[in-house]
Amino acid sequence: MQTTQMGQNKVTLTNKDLNSMFFRSLFLLGSFNFERAQNMGFCFVMIPAIKRFYKPGKERNEALARHMEWFNTHPWLTAPIFGVTAAMEEEKANTGKVDETAIAAMKIGLMGPLAGVGDPLFWGTSRPVLAALGAGIAMTGSIIGPLLFFVLINAIRLTCKWYFLRYGYTKGSEIIQDMAGGRIKKLTEGASIVGLFVMGALVSKWTTINIPIVATKINGKTQTVQDILDSVMPGMLALILTLFVSWLLKKGVNPLLIIFAIFGLGILGKWLGFLG
Amino acid sequence: MNIIQIILILLVAGVAGMGSVLDEAQTHRPLIACTLIGLILGDVKTGIILGGTLEMMALGWMNVGLAMAPDTALASVISTLLVINTHTSIGEGIAIAVPLAAAGQALTIFVRTIVVFFVHKGDDFAQKGNYRAIEWMHVIALGLQALRVMIPTGIVLALSTAAVESVLKSIPTVITGGLQIGGGIIVVVGYAMVINMMDVPELKPFFYLGFLFAAFTKFNLVGFGGLGLIFALLYLQLEYSRNRNNNGSQAVAANNGSTNGSNADDDLDDDLDD
Repeated sequence: MQTTQMGQNKVTLTNKDLNSMFFRSLFLLGSFNFERAQNMGFCFVMIPAIKRFYKPGKERNEALARHMEWFNTHPWLTAPIFGVTAAMEEEKANTGKVDETAIAAMKIGLMGPLAGVGDPLFWGTSRPVLAALGAGIAMTGSIIGPLLFFVLINAIRLTCKWYFLRYGYTKGSEIIQDMAGGRIKKLTEGASIVGLFVMGALVSKWTTINIPIVATKINGKTQTVQDILDSVMPGMLALILTLFVSWLLKKGVNPLLIIFAIFGLGILGKWLGFLG
Repeated sequence: MNIIQIILILLVAGVAGMGSVLDEAQTHRPLIACTLIGLILGDVKTGIILGGTLEMMALGWMNVGLAMAPDTALASVISTLLVINTHTSIGEGIAIAVPLAAAGQALTIFVRTIVVFFVHKGDDFAQKGNYRAIEWMHVIALGLQALRVMIPTGIVLALSTAAVESVLKSIPTVITGGLQIGGGIIVVVGYAMVINMMDVPELKPFFYLGFLFAAFTKFNLVGFGGLGLIFALLYLQLEYSRNRNNNGSQAVAANNGSTNGSNADDDLDDDLDD
């Protein structure tokens, strides 16, 4: 049985510590690097908690070092991980019943599922939907477009980051049961459905492909290839192209290469007159 | 352009550069960065329109895992600057933005590699318990990401407007027109990225459902968002009840002596009862 070096009083995080961690978490990715991804950012956010739990010395140094390990997940959903990590560090500092391996295992265990839900929820659904909404308004020259996007996306982000940090800290390692349950899977699936549905709509409505070649001329009325395609199914070409690009990306083709190829096609089409 | 405008532009360039790595407040997105540059230069309308156009093109560009998207920060700041200062069209703006997005991506990869050095320094400081120094390493790395956009912007600011204008005006219309056409098509790359990220075969029909709804109705985006949400809820409810029924029938089968799969069944049951 290990004894605590902190005496009888249990050390907990103050509200100020949690606020400081929240504020720091807004700069998590600042030192993103190709060796260990978000590692130093993670340590940066944990510093207020480490300072609270460990007096200067070996234990504090070890705590700093263990949060310099490889870490990478969706930046907005790191909040619950910070909360749980703080709760476990607190347990370790106060009772010594939690060891380093448990903390590392928990971080690695939560990283994958949270990235799995964060990417479709935020990058796949919230951001593109709000950005498309904002951009649509912006193209008419109205400031409402950018404002709408900025306010809504940040309201979602800050609410999540603030709430989940405290949620993780209060629940501690119990949160792992939450994660293991069906809830995360449901959330991921639900977000993916909304994302895919809206993407489908965007493919049809917000892609501009026009083939102005005249196909038929009846009684002086001209009909272009595009008119015919639209009468069959609007946005058909966009759909085919999207599926083709999706296939190319899966084959590992660099997206920038595809982007440049499409611009090349645009210039060629303009020059030869088959795109307009 | 007066000195205050130059300072403000560099400031926005820095904020956008940091935003690009942080991916928090979204200041690196064209919709925000272009608008801010337009605001500073006194032509907010052009900034907003260019921002909206570029935002559409970049809709699905995102950093997932270790993969880097083309960089919107550098592209937005410099293209807006040039379009407004040289009174050129949105078409020229796109023509400038695309190569800049590629250049910005190369620069951020460069910075993210250099940061490894600061991380190793951070390791040493952790051994010594010097948390202040770790904080500094982190902040310096973030500063480098700001400089990554500020320095190229500064270089562009130093160029003579007349010279840039003559270069831009010398681009043949077949190129700028072609790039504008390309800009309308390029959005599919972003869509494809998003679709690939949510690559679950059972859910793919929802993509086609969205496509068909949009092709034959006049819903706007809010409508599509709402519809999507309802479909998601319905799917989850049905998926739920179906599993529950399956559990029931399989439990009967298990009682009849077939114990195969009953463990997996229990797991699923636990999940659902959570």
